[in-house]
Amino acid sequence: MTDLLSARYQMGMSLGFHIIFSCVGIAMPLLMVIAEILHQRTGEAIYLTLARRWAVGSAIMFAVGAVSGTVLSFELGLLWPHFMRWAGAIIGMPFSLEGFAFFTEATFLGIYLYGWDRVSPRMHIAAGVIVALSGMASGIFVVMANAWMNSPVGFRLEHGRPVDINPIATLHNPSALAEVLHMTIAAYVATGFAVAGIHAAMLLRERDNRFHRMGLAIALAVGGIFALVQPVAGDYAARSVARLQPIKNAAFEGLFKTQAYAPLAIGGIPDAGARELRAAIELPGLLSFLDNHDFSSVVIGLDAYPESEWPPLTPVHVAFQIMVAIAGILALLPLWAGYLRWRTGSIYHSVWLLYALIGAAPLGFVAVEAGWVVTEVGRQPWIIYRVMRTADAVTPMPGLVAWFSVFSIIYAFLAVTVAYMLWRQVMQSPSAAELAAAQATV
Amino acid sequence: MIYLYIVAAALLGSLTIYALTGGADYGGGVLTLTAFGPRADRQREVIDHAIGPIWESDHVWLILVVVILFYGFPPVYTTIMTSLFLPVILMLVGIVLRGAAFSFRSYGSVGRAHRAWGRVFAVASLITPFFMGVTIGAVASGRVPENPEVVGDFLISWATPFGLSVGLFAVLLFAFLAATYATLEDGETAVINDFRLRAIIFGIAEAIVAGEVLWLSRSGAPRIWINLTTRAWTWPLIWLASGSALAALWGLATRRLRLARVFAAAEVLWIIWGWAFAQFPVMVEPDLTIYNASSPPVTLRLLAIALSGGAVILLPSMGYLMYIFKLHARRLAFPTHVEASGSDPPTD
Repeated sequence: MTDLLSARYQMGMSLGFHIIFSCVGIAMPLLMVIAEILHQRTGEAIYLTLARRWAVGSAIMFAVGAVSGTVLSFELGLLWPHFMRWAGAIIGMPFSLEGFAFFTEATFLGIYLYGWDRVSPRMHIAAGVIVALSGMASGIFVVMANAWMNSPVGFRLEHGRPVDINPIATLHNPSALAEVLHMTIAAYVATGFAVAGIHAAMLLRERDNRFHRMGLAIALAVGGIFALVQPVAGDYAARSVARLQPIKNAAFEGLFKTQAYAPLAIGGIPDAGARELRAAIELPGLLSFLDNHDFSSVVIGLDAYPESEWPPLTPVHVAFQIMVAIAGILALLPLWAGYLRWRTGSIYHSVWLLYALIGAAPLGFVAVEAGWVVTEVGRQPWIIYRVMRTADAVTPMPGLVAWFSVFSIIYAFLAVTVAYMLWRQVMQSPSAAELAAAQATV
Repeated sequence: MIYLYIVAAALLGSLTIYALTGGADYGGGVLTLTAFGPRADRQREVIDHAIGPIWESDHVWLILVVVILFYGFPPVYTTIMTSLFLPVILMLVGIVLRGAAFSFRSYGSVGRAHRAWGRVFAVASLITPFFMGVTIGAVASGRVPENPEVVGDFLISWATPFGLSVGLFAVLLFAFLAATYATLEDGETAVINDFRLRAIIFGIAEAIVAGEVLWLSRSGAPRIWINLTTRAWTWPLIWLASGSALAALWGLATRRLRLARVFAAAEVLWIIWGWAFAQFPVMVEPDLTIYNASSPPVTLRLLAIALSGGAVILLPSMGYLMYIFKLHARRLAFPTHVEASGSDPPTD
């Protein structure tokens, strides 16, 4: 494996790992605060137990997210020093704001976790709300920096160096709004459905367990609402890419030929040699309509660019299809649940819905990872779109494959441990003693 | 230009606070590793309890250091990350393992897994500050190549007696700091004495290695040595650091624990400032300075504004956290057994 490829794999693996923890770190505090507010409103111990369990879940995920995020802040320089030297002064703004958001989150998470009996109930909920908001803010800032790599603005090139830089422009670069909306919503969808699926699985075993029923209800409400919004945000993001990075859009769709009435391809494997998308179902004109809201509009294909500027076609196209398909499935589930609730008054009695929710539990995160491949692999061969190639940014350090291996092993090990810890600490039905203890504090 | 100094001061300030808080957390890991005697488990509990609520926010100071470096001084950041790839990535391995292990322990691992994660936490608490020290030693050495090419270039600046000694010094200094802090964490006299004893041992060891580091710096980091010994304003820092070390040890020996804590923290502060002021204005020896390696003025101005604005949020939040868990909590949990005299004049 070349050093460039090792560096890309290590960066991709680190980000793919971190993104799961960040998503949970953004969305889990919202679930936890909702449960605590319900507890204060109703006085029911079950909500307090949920809030405490989800708080522990947030803490475990936050801690691993904090270290894997620290790793990234170093890896940017360790693996891509030429990129950071070039762009550091421009894109540092969102990162420094992210630092403060992260600090706020860490501080108030500490207060939330350890302060149950040390601060007033109102202050405790306030701490939870601050955790939820600052978690969301730090995600937004990091995605802004990523959006800048797709739409670099705020500088003028002079002899290959950036001059007249405007760091504020980074914060509202042309891709920022689309990426931020799409990713933030995805965090709530993925986490909501994962938590809902777990409680659905427990409900299959203990049909009347109120702890899991309420857990399912809160998580599905959050995940479901955001899943209904996501197709709109996704559409906006896709049109933004079509406008700003036409070659990336062509790779999403496997569109080789620039054309009017461009078809939307479902499935299929791009064949770069033959310049065609094999085994796809094509819906004529629909891509033109989706990208420009006009069936006759021209959509730019890969043929508008030299092959040296094409991203890897198969992973981008396949990941894009997976992401879109999952978004569709996850938008249908809350409609189904809502229908059941309307017709039968309860969502807990339909075994089919429970099975579907269990099946959907990992899908949100699969979509997040796929979306990550779509946006990052889709940007290749550029690290800064049309400004700096990834190959020109990599460190001169030899033997990078060794470090890729070391970090892969560590992360695999951490993933297994985290899964086990969540299973033991967060998902089990509460014991009578735990409920009694929660009741006592009401 | 004023913004440049604000940013540089914020960098030094963040590094200092990180050493005083995060550094002590690493030292706590070393104390866990060296817990001994009949009350070893109790000692570990005290450490876990002391670090639990605050270590996440302590950790953020490191992120702040990294962010200020790559936003305010990109060439410094990339030179360190490139030429010191190996110590930095080894430090990262330590950070990952240590952070994960600590949270797994805090949130309910049990039995054998709990003990195993405890060992991971403790060993990683050695690795991380060691390589942090090594990195700082290399930065000071004047041997960091700006454009490394062959394998030797990636070793030359840190795999030296001076570089490795600075690593060892960092480990011992943080252990000393943590043990001194820990004397104020538990009400039980026997446990306090365990920590007191270890603080004194680590304090003496750290002082010996400090002498060795200074001695080795004559060839290992010649510019620093010359500046430390010839600049009028670095001499007092050496004396303040040594004086604080002695005062802290004296406080520990005579059970003036609050005083010992203040002087132990002061010692760390003077050491870091001594290094920083001996280098000033150089950031990475020999030739990257805060003047030639900083971002354009517009960036520095924004960073300075962001840092000042952030401080308005950051410092009160941190103060509130410390208030809840360190001051307020102790008053609630148990009265302080050992009172500081508080009346002694500070030594020079």
